[in-house]
Amino acid sequence: MRMLRSLLKQPTFLLGTLTFLGAVLLAVFFPLLNPVDPMLRDGPAFAAPSQEYFLGTNNEGQDMLVLLIYGLRSSLIVGLLAGLFATVLGTFIGVLAGYKGGWLDDILTAVTNLFLVIPSLVILILISNSIEKRSLGLIALIIGASAWTWTARSVRAQTSSLRERDHVSLARLNGDGTFSILARQIVPYLLSYIFMVFILQMASGILSEAAISMLGLGPYDSVSLGQILNNAQVSEGLINGNWWVFMPAALLISVLTFALYMINTSMEEVFNPRLRK
Amino acid sequence: MFISPAFRYILRRGGWYLLTLFVAIALNFALPRLGPTNPVDTIMTRLDSPGMDSQEYMRLYEKYMRDFNLDKSLPVQFFTYLGKSLQGDLGVSFTRHPQKVNDILASGLPWTLALQIPALLLGWLVGNLLGAYAAYRRGIFDKGFYPVSLFFSSIPYFCFAILLVYVFAIHFPLLPAFGGYAGNLLPDFSFTFLASAAQHYILPFLSLFLILVGGQAIGMRSMSIYELGTDYVKYAKMMGLGEGRIVQYIFRNAMLPQLTGLALSLGAMVGGALITEIVFSYPGLGMVMFNAIRENDYPVIQGCALLVTVGVLAANFLVDILIGILDPRIGASQQAGGA
Repeated sequence: MRMLRSLLKQPTFLLGTLTFLGAVLLAVFFPLLNPVDPMLRDGPAFAAPSQEYFLGTNNEGQDMLVLLIYGLRSSLIVGLLAGLFATVLGTFIGVLAGYKGGWLDDILTAVTNLFLVIPSLVILILISNSIEKRSLGLIALIIGASAWTWTARSVRAQTSSLRERDHVSLARLNGDGTFSILARQIVPYLLSYIFMVFILQMASGILSEAAISMLGLGPYDSVSLGQILNNAQVSEGLINGNWWVFMPAALLISVLTFALYMINTSMEEVFNPRLRK
Repeated sequence: MFISPAFRYILRRGGWYLLTLFVAIALNFALPRLGPTNPVDTIMTRLDSPGMDSQEYMRLYEKYMRDFNLDKSLPVQFFTYLGKSLQGDLGVSFTRHPQKVNDILASGLPWTLALQIPALLLGWLVGNLLGAYAAYRRGIFDKGFYPVSLFFSSIPYFCFAILLVYVFAIHFPLLPAFGGYAGNLLPDFSFTFLASAAQHYILPFLSLFLILVGGQAIGMRSMSIYELGTDYVKYAKMMGLGEGRIVQYIFRNAMLPQLTGLALSLGAMVGGALITEIVFSYPGLGMVMFNAIRENDYPVIQGCALLVTVGVLAANFLVDILIGILDPRIGASQQAGGA
């Protein structure tokens, strides 16, 4: 509770949280209140912003405002799913390696370090390129599967410092199984840390989706912010200076990641005693 | 025979990177085979013209299967791939058959290297110097510096690139918006060409450099603030050591975690920089990858992926060597462990 109160006193935390929640509300309620097909091509091509098309139209005459909000929704879904998946996977591997130690730790740490240096974008590209029909959910899964490494590494370090604590030894003496100890004696003590990791993983999931969609490997079943940028590039909207087909999407991605980073840094200041003033 | 501890550390890291390289090649081989479609089917559907009779079709199909070794068993395919990759032979392009993947990559590589290496080195250096300075000076400089770096460190490369293109190339047409040089020129070492290339270099370079400075400065600033509170700094101050000397000590100690951080984030940086090339249509590897994906050019995508991985591994190894030389603890622990 005290932690929460000091978090709420941080202006950066409030700003980040409000921005992010605002984006979530917009992405949830706009499609409910305006049930239109975002792919509808009924406007003129590259129309500048006007009363009718608040953010103009793209090369195919699609309403950019509608596309943008649906894109925001897809990016948030990918961020959430990929972030959740990467955090769960990374936490599981990190906690297991850090708690068990020995040969299991050696193997898990070696695998983690190995995948840590192979660029995840490369893995993303290779997997995405081999699967022809990529749904939004599948892309989130692939991103999560390529992003768990640094989480596993840092969670492992945190766990090894908890391992020799009395309550953990007591549970071990009590004959509790490994997974019960992990779930009851280790993970609860790491929750604030894991939540911070999740926030960062969400930001990196949103960025990864934008990156592979820009390369042309985006989802086939939905619009995403990265796909809007890819389309702006392919249709030469960027070069022709039709700012409305790329600027809002680029700004939205930046605002989303900035908000998430702000939440993370402010939480770190509260939870990390070394940085507290 | 006496092997210096730092050297032993470097050897061990080298062995480790060889293993990583092997795994990377195996992934490069295995991941594209996850999908249900056979790449030869993809080219054949593209080639399939109404005039082609079925015999001709089969003949071509088998020729391609042979050319890309897809008619052999998986282990044979893998060892052929491994052997060829280690020799640096990345095969033949699908879409631009019979052009070699090596040649296609070689056309993009110099641009990517010329863009990323200076941006990375300078960005790291300037960012760390600024961060240490801000931590040492605090006050007004730090108050203005911190939010600006925070902004630069959290905006994605390619979004910043889009912003730069829009402001400095389109809204105010001061600099060229796309390409590596003016479209009417051919690459050579003439003054006109180099001048044009330099002009096209500014925006892509800045978009990588400024973001990197921001990120590094933030990290170095908090590392240095931490170092400033340690006992050795207090002791040095009590001993009356000069300011320059103390800052030097702080910089050296805070730099090591920054180097480790650099090694961990190199992959993400290089990936981000490749995407940034697309924004500028800069003729490097990012653009090669972008075009290959659009054309479904399998071997080029695979070759690009391998080249980027090897580049990142090599850069990581260099950083590790640097850490081995600079960090006195590594020499000590190797000595203790080995003796």
